[in-house]
Amino acid sequence: MKRVFIPNRGEIALRIVRACRELDLECVVGASDVDLDGVAARSADRAVCLGPGPARDSYLRDDVVVQAALGTGCDAIHPGYGFLSESTRLAARAREHGLVFVGPSTEAIALSGDKLAARAAAQRAGVPVLPGAEVESPGVARPAARRIGYPVLVKAAGGGGGRGIKRAGDGDELEAVLGLARSEAGAAFADDRMYVERLIEAARHVEVQIAGDDHGEVVQLGERDCSVQRRYQKVIEESPAPSLPGPTRDALRDAAVTFTRAIGYGNLGTVEFVVDSSTGDFFFLEVNCRIQVEHPVTEAVTGRDLVVLQLELARGRPLGFAQEDVTLAGHAIECRLNAEDPARGFIPTPGTLSLFAVPERPRLRVDTHCYAGAIVPPYYDSLLAKLIAHGDDRDQAIEILLDALEDVDVEGVPTNRSLLIGALAHPDFRAGAVRTDWLERAMR
Amino acid sequence: MALSDEDVREILRIIDESPLAELRIQTEGFSLQVRKGRSADGPPLPPLPPAGPLAAGPLPAPPLTPAGPRTTPAEAASPPPAEAAPDDAQTIASPMLGTFYRAQAPGSPPFVEVGTRVAPDTIVCIIEVMKMMNSVPAGASGTVIEVCASNGQLVEYGERLFRVRAGGAG
Repeated sequence: MKRVFIPNRGEIALRIVRACRELDLECVVGASDVDLDGVAARSADRAVCLGPGPARDSYLRDDVVVQAALGTGCDAIHPGYGFLSESTRLAARAREHGLVFVGPSTEAIALSGDKLAARAAAQRAGVPVLPGAEVESPGVARPAARRIGYPVLVKAAGGGGGRGIKRAGDGDELEAVLGLARSEAGAAFADDRMYVERLIEAARHVEVQIAGDDHGEVVQLGERDCSVQRRYQKVIEESPAPSLPGPTRDALRDAAVTFTRAIGYGNLGTVEFVVDSSTGDFFFLEVNCRIQVEHPVTEAVTGRDLVVLQLELARGRPLGFAQEDVTLAGHAIECRLNAEDPARGFIPTPGTLSLFAVPERPRLRVDTHCYAGAIVPPYYDSLLAKLIAHGDDRDQAIEILLDALEDVDVEGVPTNRSLLIGALAHPDFRAGAVRTDWLERAMR
Repeated sequence: MALSDEDVREILRIIDESPLAELRIQTEGFSLQVRKGRSADGPPLPPLPPAGPLAAGPLPAPPLTPAGPRTTPAEAASPPPAEAAPDDAQTIASPMLGTFYRAQAPGSPPFVEVGTRVAPDTIVCIIEVMKMMNSVPAGASGTVIEVCASNGQLVEYGERLFRVRAGGAG
């Protein structure tokens, strides 16, 4: 591997450029025309324009991405997160043309994209899954949901990452949301298969970072708690998960390794679980085969560069360390600063950043592609920056973040800064674990 | 490619009006070298490499250009073409990223050359994206005055492929 193509934008494209530098790899960023002036494109050895702003005409064109990678002499593609990061089409096409795709096997990507297949694989591996069933028709849905017990969540087999999920409290509601959910899923994921799962009311979202190599070695790098969410989108993440009983933590990590081994997964990945905080039971949710937005909290506590590791694994290198070499130090918390308008239901707010200042502090890491004068285009996600604090303990990490957020100065577009401060300073959050429905309740 | 006296005069006029000291155009089966004034100092220009057949197949890894959006080596090495052109010149930009081909097939004559008159629907080149051959229409009327991209090379979305001078006599 000599030259890596990065068909992505924003902070993650910049993050991958930095990992390439670390490994003395050249890199080419493939950007849409509105991102050609961006920090990621400018920091790469070369940038090429994939297409116009709308992602479907640029970042989502797997044919254009592979053509661009080949045409610029790259021998690998790192897709980042979002866009084509979980596309079997891109992975297969890249590999057909002799390019290294930085990710697991195409089969593993397919499994992670098919939530029903992943659920079945978890069951076969002896990893607990939520009571649930595929629902081919409303006629099947009602008896299945009755068996499972209301309330249930209606999910799309092709969804994931919080997309395509709807709640149903009873049979009538189930029928109402099922039709809508099915047509939405068909349009969004080209897969209209739906399933229902029991809704855990006292749910926490806990995920385990895993890494596997081509030689069958698998390790876990601790877990992250991502329970602070708005509309199923993560807002604050931390590692390790707070107030989790020791046996539950160990069992979760073991289950993630068991599942990873069972599906023969090579590369970096995340196994997501829902933890019932009223009982301590946990259940498999899905596996993600990309680098995640919240990976820096794991990097902070493990002291390992996960994007470098991802590139090394993709080029066939062995893990180079064993489970006993993985130690977690201190506590890390990340919060996502988004261009959203709190006054208007947190709708994304594109615009020009007339001012953008984030503090530099010891034990604070800021991953961002923004600067004063930068444009936040209307086509993509609204993430402006990730602030990651690494403290000796959780309280210290909270203090570092609160202190830093006070000095965040963004003008030109509204941001969710006040929400982040409110959440981090809230007695519930300070006290320890919160449920996935906490933030929206606490905001009212 | 046949050039009329008028073509040559037109080329000379463009050079005359431009700040360029020298112009070299090379396409398949045609090369033109024009120099303004006297080149008293400096060695004679090196000969142009022979025009190769239209490339097909895998491309060698090109050297990476310094970071900078849409700065092709050609642009970096010469003054912005806008200065060298009459105001009525229009750009045909690439509608997509892909491999630029000037002809229908290797060995076929190019769709257009400098001096070719085009209408909006005249096919000027092909952009290949993963074996899909996309014909690119000129989208403008006039005379091709510059071929800006090299055959067989990757072109980006929005990259300048040709320049066309509006209106008649080419």
